[in-house]
Amino acid sequence: MSVLVLAEHEAGALKPATLNTVAAAVRLGGDVHLLVAGAGVAAVAQVAAQVVGVAKVLVAESEALAHPLAEPLAALIVALAPAYGHILAPATTTGKNVLPRVAALLDVAQVSEIVAVVAPDTFIRPIYAGNALATVRSIDAIKVITVRATGFEPAVASGGAASIEAIAVPGLPGLSRFVEAQLSKSERPELTSARIVISGGRGMQSGDNFHLLESIADKLGAAVGASRAAVDAGFVPNDFQVGQTGKIVAPDLYIAVGISGAIQHLAGMKDSKVIVAINKDEEAPIFQVADYGLVADLFKALPELRQGLS
Amino acid sequence: MKILVAVKRVVDYNVKVRVKSDKSGVETANIKFSMNPFDEIAVEEAVRLKEAGTATEIVAVSVGPQAATETLRTALAMGADRGILVQTEAEIQPLAVAKILKCLAEKEQPGLVLLGKQAIDDDSNQTGQMLAALLGRPQGTFASKLAVADGSVAVTREVDGGLETVALELPAVVTADLRLNEPRYASLPNIMKAKKKPIETVTPEALGVDVAPRLITLSVEEPAKRQAGIKVADVATLVEKLKSEAKVI
Amino acid sequence: MSDRESMAFDVVVVGAGPSGLSTAIRLKQLDPALSVCVIDKGSEVGAHILSGAVFEPRALEELFPDWRERGAPLTVPAGDDRFLLLSEKRARRLPTPPSLRNHGNYIISLAALCRWLAGQAEALGVEIFAGFAASDLLFDADGAVKGVATGDMGVGKDCVPGPNFTPGIELHARQTILAEGCRGSLSKVLSERYDLHAEADPQTYGLGIKELWEIDPALHQPGSITHTIGWPLDAGTYGGSFLYHLDQNQVSVGFVIGLDYRNPYLSPFEEFQRFKSHPAIAPVFAGARRIAYGARAVSEGGLQSLPRLTVPGAVLVGDAAGFLNVAKVKGSHAAMKSGMLAAESVAVLLKGEGREALGYPQVFKESWLWEELRAVRNIRPAFHRGLWLGLAYSAVESGALRGRVPWTLGNHADHPRLKEAPSSRRIDYPRPDGTLRFDRLSSVFISNTHHEENQPSHIKLADPQVPITVNHRRFDSPEQRYCPAGVYEVVGEEPQIRLQINAANCLHCKTCDIKDPTQNITWTVPEGGGGPNYPNM
Repeated sequence: MSVLVLAEHEAGALKPATLNTVAAAVRLGGDVHLLVAGAGVAAVAQVAAQVVGVAKVLVAESEALAHPLAEPLAALIVALAPAYGHILAPATTTGKNVLPRVAALLDVAQVSEIVAVVAPDTFIRPIYAGNALATVRSIDAIKVITVRATGFEPAVASGGAASIEAIAVPGLPGLSRFVEAQLSKSERPELTSARIVISGGRGMQSGDNFHLLESIADKLGAAVGASRAAVDAGFVPNDFQVGQTGKIVAPDLYIAVGISGAIQHLAGMKDSKVIVAINKDEEAPIFQVADYGLVADLFKALPELRQGLS
Repeated sequence: MKILVAVKRVVDYNVKVRVKSDKSGVETANIKFSMNPFDEIAVEEAVRLKEAGTATEIVAVSVGPQAATETLRTALAMGADRGILVQTEAEIQPLAVAKILKCLAEKEQPGLVLLGKQAIDDDSNQTGQMLAALLGRPQGTFASKLAVADGSVAVTREVDGGLETVALELPAVVTADLRLNEPRYASLPNIMKAKKKPIETVTPEALGVDVAPRLITLSVEEPAKRQAGIKVADVATLVEKLKSEAKVI
Repeated sequence: MSDRESMAFDVVVVGAGPSGLSTAIRLKQLDPALSVCVIDKGSEVGAHILSGAVFEPRALEELFPDWRERGAPLTVPAGDDRFLLLSEKRARRLPTPPSLRNHGNYIISLAALCRWLAGQAEALGVEIFAGFAASDLLFDADGAVKGVATGDMGVGKDCVPGPNFTPGIELHARQTILAEGCRGSLSKVLSERYDLHAEADPQTYGLGIKELWEIDPALHQPGSITHTIGWPLDAGTYGGSFLYHLDQNQVSVGFVIGLDYRNPYLSPFEEFQRFKSHPAIAPVFAGARRIAYGARAVSEGGLQSLPRLTVPGAVLVGDAAGFLNVAKVKGSHAAMKSGMLAAESVAVLLKGEGREALGYPQVFKESWLWEELRAVRNIRPAFHRGLWLGLAYSAVESGALRGRVPWTLGNHADHPRLKEAPSSRRIDYPRPDGTLRFDRLSSVFISNTHHEENQPSHIKLADPQVPITVNHRRFDSPEQRYCPAGVYEVVGEEPQIRLQINAANCLHCKTCDIKDPTQNITWTVPEGGGGPNYPNM
């Protein structure tokens, strides 16, 4: 059976998580079909056809799909579903919104946020905020799955030559209506969803010194965080704190500056893909989890880092 | 308008879970359970809608063991009017919960169903979406703001990259995200009053819902501990490694 | 807040531990018409309960003769009993002292017992509210206690009410039962106001630190009991360990150190950590996994340190008064019994108009609890002269004489006992290895302690300069070492050195309130529901 992947796209480009999802789909065996749904999506369909591992791009062109609303999108996918053994989407806010609706309409379970494929019916997924990993097997005929991007290396974006097929769009429900989007400006991203986080600890010595982190954050498009010790010391407000209840971060890159690595903090960031620690105390526990450790005085290292990124 | 709000009893968010030695799951004996924090936000929103005169009655529902009555009592202490416990000792997965809620929604005819966006135990993030699908109604997930007016609800959603607002025809299903509100504390007098509010108990069987799991958990394990990486000599090496080796900048 | 709501009960009990719940249960057994309310600062009953525990069921038998049928969680009978004197490399088995013989007792989780007691109490109509901290005592115009106030919730760090501010309420009662456990914050206020220790010795305390482990099933012997004295403590420091095998491959291991220790460099936490690496102890932890951690101060003063137990409108029960039997290393049975005795007097009192339950100290004097505490009254103070004299003295007195001597040895307060740093020996503790010995923060992590981050610190300093001018300069900041939760840290470099209080780490053990050399630290209750979330400690 083939695998259907819901592509996420914006302004004529695929969103990166789509590539990781294709990579997961390839692991399942069978042809991978990428569904590009929207209004005015011809260009993005061309982009999608180049993704290595994709056999066919299905193009659903409709004004009703101009915004990825769950109700019409789910109806569209359900109409396509009988031809597929697996239906995948990235575990983004779009994928997580649409796919459970698809699963319920098909009367099947959804497997949420898988990080590994063990077998075509067996997957690994984090539970309890990543504090445990469950291996689960789906007994449903159609497996509906969202994919956590960090679990899979992205598929190569170009070099493939998938066929492109326009599909008929069925009548779609009009229960919901897009009103507006307020996308974050170029300001710093939010801590919990940032791709890069740079955090300061008590080693920063004062709140004023956080500007050293901010200037690097602006270069990297990173969010700025802090350890509890830094928050307790009054350097920065509570909402900077990583490791606080609900403030688990798992960016691609986490840079810990002047943070010794108290356990609460480690628990809050250990799922980051790459961890960098800059600390002058080479015995600091943070080095036990860091991929790259730099034993240095942060007041020297940070200006250098800022320079190095220019 | 009546509001149905679903609440789940989960391992308390302050408890560090521990995987059982036999890998069959996480240890739940002797530990504290409480209401799923996102569900607490959903209850709070329902109560605010009632206080604003938009809602007239709040019915809290929980699916789970007898002990889930405590979770319902918390909802009642926060301001829900009555509770329904769908009592079962079985493992209940999101699809089954959605089917149960559908039955109850058909009976209660709420104008709005509120749930947390996900439970902090299984992290599924499915039930609200599934319920909306089964009811054939619109959904507003990850809500950070609600505005009810003239048979529809405008839901501001927390999406990747910012906020999105959708307008949904009522009845609708809305799931609460972290920033929708800050739930109140249940005060002691309200906890006392909640003891007198009615809780009806039913079973999935009586509702005619098949709750058999569709996902079989084969094992639950602790994630691998992170290994220490390398120490770099200077900032230049660090930047070089991040660019060429880790490829994250 | 003056516009607090109030609610009235016949009896309000502060603390849902063994003493408070036994008081509440006995009251309802004696007079079902009484309205009895129990509040506890823990997020649920048992969340702040920590004990060894080998449990003597004598008081429980009296409270519920049919406790077995009712399903009390006493499932592991005490079995093989060892009493070891440790030197650094060796362990010598000593005859088990009579007070430590445990035939007929049970190894239990006191938290589990308290949860069960809470269920029994609720079935009798007791109203129990966990997650509500009693923050203030309320007094009548004539000075009698008229109840307690629960703390405000939702107050920010800046002491300004936040968006979800919920004011505390006043719980008015004809009798208030203070069952806060050792060094309760309201009990302390009451004791000072009424000078309750005027005719008693000062209270003396110990700090107990405990871990729960899941061990190799092959090494697990349910019911097995080991107590040790000696290493790693020097002979001048009072303390020892316990190691009990519960069910389900769990082992409870802990260390209790008398808070009259003198060396400011001593760290009870580190002493406990290194104790576990003793060759007679470490093998049981091979391949084991630590699953919980916690700490709590206990009262060790015994009979001669018991304060006046009643004032108009209130009584003290359990370890809030100090009923623990230190020779037996047990307090739960005494806590329960004291609560039951108090309940009997309070029930009589409430039938009339009297305000002070003066019958309570009298029935106590006629009870087995008084006999029991009297028999062992000299054991703890005998150790003031060190381990060897203490052992010799207690062997004689508790053996042949069973406390029947005409004298009573005195107790001293703990906080003035610290020697100054320059005249003290630094102690070089081994580094944590992450398998048997741990650091403080990873330990605190598995206590599941949690405090709402945005609230005023619940640890108050009378004088903010003293931590540096006195504690640091003279004692090298002992709070960094005696606190088992890493709440206190001296940070910065001279001359900008300061004490940082990480109040969110707090385990509510009360050691700082006891041991601070100038009594500059006052422990108060944080927002209700804060603190550890112990599983079955």
